Amino acid sequence: MFGFPFIRVLRAVFLMDLLQGLWVTFRNQNPSKIYTEQYPTERPKVSERYRGAPRLNINPDNGETLCISCNLCALACPENLIVVGSERNEQTRHKDLITFTYDLSRCMFCGLCEDACPVDALELTQDFELASYTREGAIWDRQMLEEGPHPARYK
Amino acid sequence: MATTFLDSSELVLNMGPQHPSTHGVLRVILKLDGEKVIGAECVIGYLHRGVEKIGENRTYQLFAPYVDRMDYVSAVSNGLGYCLAVEKLIGAEAPPRAQAARVILTELNRVASHLLWLGTHALDIGAITPLFYTMREREEVLKIFENYCGARLTTHAFRIGGLQYELYDEFEEQVKTFCDEFAGKIDEYEELLTGNRIWVDRLTGVGILNAEDCKQYGVTGPVLRASGVVWDVRKAQPYSGYDRYDFDVPTRRNGDTFDRYFVRMAEMRQSVRIILQAIQQIPDGPIMARIPKVLKPPPGEVYVSIEAPKGELGYFIVSDGSLRPYRVRVRPPSFVNLQALNKMVKGALIADVVAIIGTIDIVLGEVDR
Repeated sequence: MFGFPFIRVLRAVFLMDLLQGLWVTFRNQNPSKIYTEQYPTERPKVSERYRGAPRLNINPDNGETLCISCNLCALACPENLIVVGSERNEQTRHKDLITFTYDLSRCMFCGLCEDACPVDALELTQDFELASYTREGAIWDRQMLEEGPHPARYK
Repeated sequence: MATTFLDSSELVLNMGPQHPSTHGVLRVILKLDGEKVIGAECVIGYLHRGVEKIGENRTYQLFAPYVDRMDYVSAVSNGLGYCLAVEKLIGAEAPPRAQAARVILTELNRVASHLLWLGTHALDIGAITPLFYTMREREEVLKIFENYCGARLTTHAFRIGGLQYELYDEFEEQVKTFCDEFAGKIDEYEELLTGNRIWVDRLTGVGILNAEDCKQYGVTGPVLRASGVVWDVRKAQPYSGYDRYDFDVPTRRNGDTFDRYFVRMAEMRQSVRIILQAIQQIPDGPIMARIPKVLKPPPGEVYVSIEAPKGELGYFIVSDGSLRPYRVRVRPPSFVNLQALNKMVKGALIADVVAIIGTIDIVLGEVDR
């Protein structure tokens, strides 16, 4: 493998292969090559398209929900975890959103619901801290979906 | 004199399911003669989630996220196989731009899968250092996935008929940077392992599986190619435009653990070669074929197989003309490759069993489904 037998013997005697490996390890000791993220103190930058916590967008001008209660997200969900409750408004002749429940404990963040939404009301955001103390805490109601999670930040 | 248990020459040893070196929840019942293994029986099913049954209860589009969860190390390849199968069933084809993007992402996934295999396999055998380096490079691939589709592991990157997401702006640049740097990184791994005499001596002649046995067991992927059989679905039945790219199918002769290591290392280089070719000629155009929103394929059955990082991954889908598949059957490469374990461990030592399980490169999520 390494040419003449004599050289091979010399390499074996002087443990050249092990030294070569150690040299690789030594090269990577350079502090500029540290890749570890110190998570609680140093927050990771997630990508723009990251599929994290769901959010039900509200119109910033008048504070009304963008959701038109079309139920397409609930139909698009493979796990059937979205429940949209709506009521027909006789004055506007549109459906009004009453409740919106999203069961995060079953969600696999596939993004099919946000793809299905025709008005960009439901969106998977960049929030990724979704832990809760109870199972019920993972079932988000409309208020929670509109406000987003408020995890305690490490200081 | 009465016979005691000490007289019996056979000893049954239970390995797993809670064993770090069985790569998940695989349980192996080993029959030992001293330290020699005379037989092994795999007990699988600890991670069975009924994925195929779930497929019968979901529409075609809604089943796509679940296939990512079978071989979660190479979710993109799983998704590609499923999408190709359904596309064949409905008679659609992804547009050229989508095909090029699919090739790039699946090859990146092959690199990521092989990197994870290399790190954990070396860790099993006792070389701890490569794990940190392979994880570091795998992170770069996962970042590309995250930027592209928003998830790192269970990507759900492809949709039936093409892609959901357009390639992001820095995609080409990021992939190119990764490929350029990665060639040097493979050299670094080779310096650490291929040149290391402990590594070579530890792997040579362990777990030999010759070409004849490979064919009888139906073993595919790097395990098959390490025994000298030139078989790669990308070459044999090109899909998604693989015939447009120039690449070699690396093979070796002996079919031992070292050869399988060597084949996978060479495959990573070939993957980089394919990616660099594909990234230069991504055609413009639509990324989604015109397919109906409600998929109702005609009655019939279809089998499509692709070359996943671990071997031939096949999807057999039977349609009865309704919204949901009548049957989805997956041919996972890990499951088939694992069946050859008994043959490979016969006559080996207990310590070699760890090396042999590692070299098959199994993912239990795929074995049990």
